[in-house]
Amino acid sequence: MKRRYLILVGFLVLIALGPLILPEFYVTLLNYIGLYAIVALGLVLLTGVGGLTSFGQAAFVGLGAYSTAYLTTASELPVWMAPFGASPWLALLVGLALTAMVALLLGALTLRLSGHYLPLGTIAWGISIYFLFGNLEFLGGHTGITGIPSLSVLGLEVRYGREFYYLIWAMLLVAVWLTQNLLDSREGRAIRALKGGTLMAEAMGVDTARSKTVIFLIAALYACLSGWLYAHLQRFVNPTPFGLHIGIEYLFMAVLGGAAHVWGALLGAGVITILKQWLQDLLPKIFGSSGNFEVIVFGVMMVLMLQRARDGLWPILAKLIPDSAGDRERSSVPHADPLPKKPLLQASEQLLEAKDVVKEFGGLVASNNMSFSVRSGEVLALIGPNGAGKSTMFNCISGVDPATSGKIFFRGEPVEKLNSREIARLGMSRTFQHVRLLPTMSVLENVAIGAHLRGSRGVLSALLHLERAEEQRLKAEAARQIERVGLKEHMFDQAGSLPLGKQRILEIARALAADPVLLLLDEPAAGLRYLEKQALADLLRRLRAEGMGILLVEHDVDFVMGLADRVVVMEFGEKIAEGLPEQVRQDPAVLEAYLGGVE
Amino acid sequence: MSPKPMPTATDGILKVRDLSVSYGKVEALHHVNIDVTVGQIVTVIGPNGAGKTTMLASIIGLLPHQTGEIMFFGETPVKIEVERMVALGMSLVPENRELFGEMSVEDNLLLGAFMRHRLGYRDERETMTHIYRIFPRLKERQKQKAATLSGGERQMLAVGRALMAKPRLLLLDEPSLGLAPLIVREIFHIIADLKKSGVSMLLVEQNACAALQVADYAYVLETGEVAMEGSAAELADDPRVIESYLGLGGDVCL
Amino acid sequence: MDMQIALLLGQDGITNGAIYALLALALVLVFAVTRVIFIPQGEFVTLGALTLANLQAGKTPGTIWLLLGAGAAIAVIDCTISLRTGTIRRIPRILLWSVAYPCGTALLLFLVNPAELPMLAQVVLSLMLIMPLGPMIYRLAFQPVAEASVLVLLIVSVAVHLTLVGLGLLFFGAEGSRTLAFSDATFKFGSILMSGQTVLVLASSALLIAALFWFFERTLYGKALRATAINRTGARLMGISTVMAGRLSFLLAAMIGALSGILIAPIATIYYDTGFLIGLKGFVGAIVGGLASYPVAAAGALLVGLLEAYSSFWASAFKEVLVFTLIIPVLMWRSLTTHHVEQDE
Repeated sequence: MKRRYLILVGFLVLIALGPLILPEFYVTLLNYIGLYAIVALGLVLLTGVGGLTSFGQAAFVGLGAYSTAYLTTASELPVWMAPFGASPWLALLVGLALTAMVALLLGALTLRLSGHYLPLGTIAWGISIYFLFGNLEFLGGHTGITGIPSLSVLGLEVRYGREFYYLIWAMLLVAVWLTQNLLDSREGRAIRALKGGTLMAEAMGVDTARSKTVIFLIAALYACLSGWLYAHLQRFVNPTPFGLHIGIEYLFMAVLGGAAHVWGALLGAGVITILKQWLQDLLPKIFGSSGNFEVIVFGVMMVLMLQRARDGLWPILAKLIPDSAGDRERSSVPHADPLPKKPLLQASEQLLEAKDVVKEFGGLVASNNMSFSVRSGEVLALIGPNGAGKSTMFNCISGVDPATSGKIFFRGEPVEKLNSREIARLGMSRTFQHVRLLPTMSVLENVAIGAHLRGSRGVLSALLHLERAEEQRLKAEAARQIERVGLKEHMFDQAGSLPLGKQRILEIARALAADPVLLLLDEPAAGLRYLEKQALADLLRRLRAEGMGILLVEHDVDFVMGLADRVVVMEFGEKIAEGLPEQVRQDPAVLEAYLGGVE
Repeated sequence: MSPKPMPTATDGILKVRDLSVSYGKVEALHHVNIDVTVGQIVTVIGPNGAGKTTMLASIIGLLPHQTGEIMFFGETPVKIEVERMVALGMSLVPENRELFGEMSVEDNLLLGAFMRHRLGYRDERETMTHIYRIFPRLKERQKQKAATLSGGERQMLAVGRALMAKPRLLLLDEPSLGLAPLIVREIFHIIADLKKSGVSMLLVEQNACAALQVADYAYVLETGEVAMEGSAAELADDPRVIESYLGLGGDVCL
Repeated sequence: MDMQIALLLGQDGITNGAIYALLALALVLVFAVTRVIFIPQGEFVTLGALTLANLQAGKTPGTIWLLLGAGAAIAVIDCTISLRTGTIRRIPRILLWSVAYPCGTALLLFLVNPAELPMLAQVVLSLMLIMPLGPMIYRLAFQPVAEASVLVLLIVSVAVHLTLVGLGLLFFGAEGSRTLAFSDATFKFGSILMSGQTVLVLASSALLIAALFWFFERTLYGKALRATAINRTGARLMGISTVMAGRLSFLLAAMIGALSGILIAPIATIYYDTGFLIGLKGFVGAIVGGLASYPVAAAGALLVGLLEAYSSFWASAFKEVLVFTLIIPVLMWRSLTTHHVEQDE
């Protein structure tokens, strides 16, 4: 831990000393690295963490650069715009506002798109915006805009590379700090869940569409900031640096550096910028003609990188530093005042009622006229052969995949039209048959996602880390639930490293962290050994005693019979029996369904 | 492809030794040993999540990371690849059928013979006539798209498609899954008939009762390990098996 | 705009649209079979046009160096793998395709004077140079990451595109080229005058589409490709190897790309980076078809051609802006009509 800080401090000192000792050429190089790293940082957040790939960031850089270039140089601005041309800083505000508007519009249009459509969309608008820059009369066409004024900070004029250096790197380091803060927060967990965990996150009450918009916006604003700095550093702009190929280069920086790591952005920007400089000198000499031949090397390098070390360079570098972030966390189990809980339930209150629920998949009926109810302080088990439609019912009830027809009431309210997020808010929490965890996050963080709805502080306070008290309480709650289900010794392990049975238990802890009144468990005992099953049954009995309602899908008949108060048996999407465990056991229809072998 | 030697009745077709499979750090199979001899039906029963499907997938090479040895007809490929195993005469009927939904029943069957065609055999039409004799219902539906078939018909198509490769060993993953009891009976009749025609099978089933009735030898897989093994008749009488797998608390085995 | 101009523009639009349609089909094919969004599709157009132009000018096309280089790289990698896994019997086959074939083609180029060959022979020679590059690129860039997510494949795809554009600049220089016209005949349909070249483009496209249809519907290998596209695991269980399907689809994509380039080379000046924009327009069409439907993709591509032709009349400066902005409403329409289910990976 100490070593980490030493390295960080050493790095900052070197950064601060840079312009004092380095020749002009290297300062310029470092300036560009800083500018590119700001954009790449946005991509780390957007692509590396959030899983949304964008090839179009250069267009946002262009928006920042062109807004300030136009406002600070135009001789005849419309009256309402004139005040913003007075200072580059005001122009920055306009640029940021414009970028935000464009990003929100593009985001609204394209962020909903599934996997690969989004990056294709970014290619499309990346090209469109680039062509706009080159074809709009008032932006100077392909020749661009010259005569952009220099900046002044607190009355000091920033004119030369060495002065600009401090401005660029200060802004970059602030952006790094903000990004790290954001990722280490309640909002940050929601963002980290976007990659491969959207369904689960929604079921825990996370508004994933909003999280996507947030990171898209932040990435665009970083790019805009970089463009603004660029315009005032260069003192002129033309469309070339904002084309699609530069957008691709930004993405390469993030991927090469290590798209999932904040410092990877710096590393990637550094490597690509230096390499580009070097190759642009070297390659024309080798090939005997001039041109952007460095793209050949970049392309090949990228392919090899994705084949050999998909996580980028940063993890390789970070391995050289022995103590990892996990160890730092390990030392302290979070403690804080408990979070407020929902009011206690009345004994035997009707929690869930399903009436004639039908679910069809393209004409195939997976669940037909299913009706049942769950009361508080009761364990209802849903059993039946594989493929009988039990998990389908679960998805209908929890809003993950809404029913085709029928009514579902939760605590008296109709919920069949609500999505999983809204249902989660009402106090229903679930686990998944195919475990849905974020395997590289710690057990503690995974469980903390379950408590998402119990916190309220937003993105701004997360960026500035003003929400530490609430965050501590969320983590403490997660820790309590982890202890409760008996996973204390795994609290700081990566969730993906647990055996499957324990991952299922983790899912229960995550569901409990939401403070539910009704718990939906999809095959919680699968993959557990005998003693673990007993411990699980004990836990569920305790929860029942506290008044929680539990709806359980399970295969292990012994487990169910020993635990459930009532049993509903499904086959081919229909209910074939319902009653006390002993009754169901003797039911001829059930025996036929379960044991229908050869005669 | 060298000509296939006719195995004698005591030959082992498949020997699985010390097979372990992990997903990341999680071990799904732990030192599993399985043997199939010629003309036999060997069944593997066990609860959901015990690793049965994982086992079949790694035997045929759908899952890459594994340790242990898989010997098929005396060959021990260094790297188990599906295409290689199929060429050697292994076919899998997977749990979720994996049909080509937007293609016709006939095209699905035809593709079942793809590897044979590549190896130079041109008997797919005759084989198809034979398959239609086993599953007349598929013949009625031959122009229909696979996605429009009922559950039972899909299972028949999946089995028929696998048989188009004239496999020397057929791996069946939960053939009864999601099927009505009557259809399950039909499927198991067909399995029994296939055995009579000399096809060796490794059958993974949750319907332990049906599986133990058609099988010669059986393994019980629990949490990734072989917990019991023995002749199918022995296991069907074993109180532990009856308790855990044959019925709700061991009442009836139809 | 009068009728005459409208018809002229329409003819232009349909000619370009036919090319976009071919590319759109190739893109749908490659995506369906391998999940690769094949951004470098357009580079094959460039290669086709400029290779033919070089042959006609009596120059040695740089494509041969690419063929030799890629072949050598594959030979080294695959032979190493063969030695390591003890499958030495594969080596002759590897060497045949990755060393013998490129060297043989180079020798051929060296022995004959391509400029003197009849045009059809020049076209065949161009295809011989370019088509193997498809499977070779698949082998080198995509096969090692074949199981990765669509996004990783997309980034690899973009990287390959960059490399090929750079190599295009290196091989062909920054100047554009045109090839000789295939035919200088003109046809008169009522009041419309059609150049022989336009007729040729349309006829060849139609023929190629028909041939592809036959391949996918009637041949076992065509069906195998479709099967891989529908269900990869199912196909593998039939012994249809993902690698084989990948190489085959890349071979077809390279062929379609190169032929498209050869078809438009006489009517448009092609630069080393022109292919990219042409390919992207094919893309817009492919996306209209949801990267899944061949007929809709082709129709979408025709539409792109027409839109481009008419917008070049009204707002020529914003032609590209219009075409690429069109994709956003299309994407929206796609996102509204396709039920979005998360694919956890």
